[in-house]
Amino acid sequence: MLTEKKKERVVEIPTSSMADIAFLILIFFIVCSTIDVSKGITLVLPAPGEEKQIREKNITNLLVNDAGLVLLDDQETELYAVKNVIRDKLAENNKLIVSVKTGVNTEYRIYIDVMDQLKQAFVLANLPARISIAEPDK
Amino acid sequence: MPMDFKKKSKVNTGIPTSSLPDIVFLLLIFFMVTTVFKEFTGLQVILPSAQQVEKLRGKRDIAHLWADRSENVSIDDRLVTIEQIKDLMYQKRSDPTHPLRAVSMKIDQKVKMKLVSAIQEQLRKADALNIIYNAKPSS
Repeated sequence: MLTEKKKERVVEIPTSSMADIAFLILIFFIVCSTIDVSKGITLVLPAPGEEKQIREKNITNLLVNDAGLVLLDDQETELYAVKNVIRDKLAENNKLIVSVKTGVNTEYRIYIDVMDQLKQAFVLANLPARISIAEPDK
Repeated sequence: MPMDFKKKSKVNTGIPTSSLPDIVFLLLIFFMVTTVFKEFTGLQVILPSAQQVEKLRGKRDIAHLWADRSENVSIDDRLVTIEQIKDLMYQKRSDPTHPLRAVSMKIDQKVKMKLVSAIQEQLRKADALNIIYNAKPSS
């Protein structure tokens, strides 16, 4: 009798919580997965034919030559110092517009570095970015 | 005889719900497998890196523009010449139901500014003024 009773034991894996486990895994993956979005530097281009008269003192000219050297208001500046120089200028005059002009053979990477510096300066000064892009000389 | 009637009324009429999660899962997995996100292959570009990066909200109504270092330009996986950009963008811009919101520019870091400004000139003429220069975030 004793041996017979032992044989009757049911050996099954409990499946009632299977759904909960699957849900947990599902939620884990939903939370972990990221859909990649465009990240970068935003800019609004000026409308064609739009010309504004801006007072000379509210403009800072920033020139980048083909070799990647930066000329900020006729003064040669290190690329990574642009942020601080512009920030100081913004502290003096919060209506400042930075006009960026590059050479035709300037690398895009350097242009983005300059734009990055300017964006950072405007963020530090807590002002909306006012950057104007000038046509490179032909 | 009356006992027989009582027995008949005891028939169980519930729908078995124990397998409902399984059915739901099957459906869920089916839809997950069959959905395809709209993705573009684009051109081979190495993006520049920047610190002050912003995210572009939403994925709809955005044109994707690539420019690689051999000066090929592609918009939404279609190779175009510089002169074609204006008309193509103008079309997208004047779409009655989904006007273009922004242009996402994926330009190789070695591209010369001559090309970039030519593209921008075309975008300006097409009234596609909101742009984003895609860059890798660096800390």
